[in-house]
Amino acid sequence: MTAFEAIGLTRSYQLEGVSVDALRGVDLTIGAGEFAAIIGPSGSGKSTLMHLLGCLDRPTSGILRVGGVDVATLDDGQLADLRNRTIGFVFQSFHLLARTTALDNVALPLVYRGVPRGERRNRARAALEAVGLEHRLDHRPSQMSGGEQQRVAIARALVGDPQVVLADEPTGNLDSRNGAEVMNLLRRLNGENGVAVLLVTHEREVAEQAHRQIHVRDGRIEHDTGGSVTLA
Amino acid sequence: MRMALEALRVNRLRSALTMLGVIIGVSAVVILVAIGTGAKDAIEREIAGLGSNIILVVPGQLNFAAAPTQSRLDLGDVAYIRRVVGDPTRVTVSVQSGETIRVGRQEAFVTVVGTDQYVPNVFDRPLRRGRYLSETDVDTRRRVVILGSEVAARLYGDVDPIGRQATISGVRFRVIGVYETVGATFGVARDQEVHVPVTTAQRLIGVARINGIGIGASGPDEIEPLRERVVDALVQRYPGEKFSAVTQTQLLGTIGSVLGMLTGVLAAIAGISLLVGGVGVSNIMLVSVRERTKEIGLRKALGARQRDILGQFLIEAVLLTTIGGVLGILLGVGGSLLIQALSPVPASITLWSVALAFGVSAGVGVFFGVAPARRAGRLDPVVALRAE
Ligand SMILES: Nc1ncnc2c1ncn2[C@@H]1O[C@H](COP(=O)(O)OP(=O)(O)OP(=O)(O)O)[C@@H](O)[C@H]1O
Ligand SMILES: [Mg+2]
Repeated sequence: MTAFEAIGLTRSYQLEGVSVDALRGVDLTIGAGEFAAIIGPSGSGKSTLMHLLGCLDRPTSGILRVGGVDVATLDDGQLADLRNRTIGFVFQSFHLLARTTALDNVALPLVYRGVPRGERRNRARAALEAVGLEHRLDHRPSQMSGGEQQRVAIARALVGDPQVVLADEPTGNLDSRNGAEVMNLLRRLNGENGVAVLLVTHEREVAEQAHRQIHVRDGRIEHDTGGSVTLA
Repeated sequence: MRMALEALRVNRLRSALTMLGVIIGVSAVVILVAIGTGAKDAIEREIAGLGSNIILVVPGQLNFAAAPTQSRLDLGDVAYIRRVVGDPTRVTVSVQSGETIRVGRQEAFVTVVGTDQYVPNVFDRPLRRGRYLSETDVDTRRRVVILGSEVAARLYGDVDPIGRQATISGVRFRVIGVYETVGATFGVARDQEVHVPVTTAQRLIGVARINGIGIGASGPDEIEPLRERVVDALVQRYPGEKFSAVTQTQLLGTIGSVLGMLTGVLAAIAGISLLVGGVGVSNIMLVSVRERTKEIGLRKALGARQRDILGQFLIEAVLLTTIGGVLGILLGVGGSLLIQALSPVPASITLWSVALAFGVSAGVGVFFGVAPARRAGRLDPVVALRAE
């Protein structure tokens, strides 16, 4: 069972008539329950790859299967459903709704799944407890520290029981102590719940906590410590 | 729905200002339609207040609120019309002149109407006291007078005027009756009239003519044939002359359509302001979509479909306009009642204008909300998330 399977994935942007190739053919397989880190210099295409894997963007060419399904065959509604049920996102800048409480922020994915309000709140509360924020339920993002905000974002990513969590530089905006806490959570998520975690990072020590490191440079995979293992 | 309310609450001032356009538009529709309808109702009531099934015959072209400049009709013609109609009791006559009436030191300028004993058969003109003119009064040219209610109050105050003397243009009259208050018709203040026998009036004014003939048809179905018969008969008697015979139905029809058109024009003008309010809503929604691009991107990343986002913004727009619509209706109804109470302009709130204004404001929300909402729904999640 694979979480992601990418074959010859490319993505180019048109900028004032000039074509910028952000990804130049990526072959990558991420198995269910894997814990992998993507590292590479700035502008190498890490975020672009994450967005493609997370179905927030469509590839220029190549094939992408998520949970065995070719995403090119899915319409807007099915893609939304995939993002909602299969994938959880954690962003570098948290992306919480500013005027909304932690509880309602976490419950948001369940709104689009049609879960009734009472159950939404129960599940959101459980998710916030899992990240150690049961005392911050009614706080707004502006009333929380960066580390707390990112933990709310992680709670939001796991509230819908996804198969994978995609985290683009989840520790990028945090100091080392809060960064370590976030990494602990992601590790636990992977170890205890069997959720595949794919994260992007600049920091070697963060990347080394993952079981597999994928090095990206100039839109290509330069080196992959675990690719052959999972393919075998 | 909760989210939409929340979003509107967050930008309270902006929402309020946007609503203002809708509020003004809707209340303008309600008020202007109320005034138009009220004016129409009032005039229709005036016309209906004359009596029922009345045909008014005047020489030449009909001219409200003013005596015709020349008239060749006289009492002989009235007798002729009585034969044409077949029932003399359903035909009455009028000759008018403005004169001064005096009692002691009290004076009033009134319209002296010379008429006959058939007034109550044709017009709705109830007496408060005393009696109507009689055949003998007319035949013997008696100097008797029936006072309009305002004239009676002016000259006699609380004293019962029946049997008392009044002087019209130097001639002494005896008061035999006082009419009930009936109000005005086309600016003719009928409570400021006094009625005297037509024969007496002709001598007093010094004319042999009459100004008009009033005919009461026996029922609504008789009005039109009778009108044609009378006009034909007069034209036959005076070839080449013009006579007008108008019925209440005609008056109601003409005035109704004129006022209906006026109301329509007023409503259209108000509708345009509502439309302008709608453009404001559209504008604000576009700003809101741009401002919340990041939020939209996030929602999409978390599994919102295009139509979830579209629905969210559409609900916001519709909520904005319907709240504005309800407030506008309240303001419009309040304004109409205020106008009604504080000015002589009659206002009558109609359900259809309220319903229409509400429907249109909700429609405006949908119509002007769709474009921004679609734009929001179609935003590319990556682009939206990167937006700052
Ligand atoms: N929307 C866009 N339009 C045009 N070019 C883009 C766009 N997004 C990314 N790019 C380009 O694609 C390339 C890869 O960008 P990407 O964001 O994937 O890099 P990254 O590896 O995430 O970098 P960083 O570590 O700084 O976040 C860059 O050269 C960037 O300029
Ligand atoms: Mg990046």
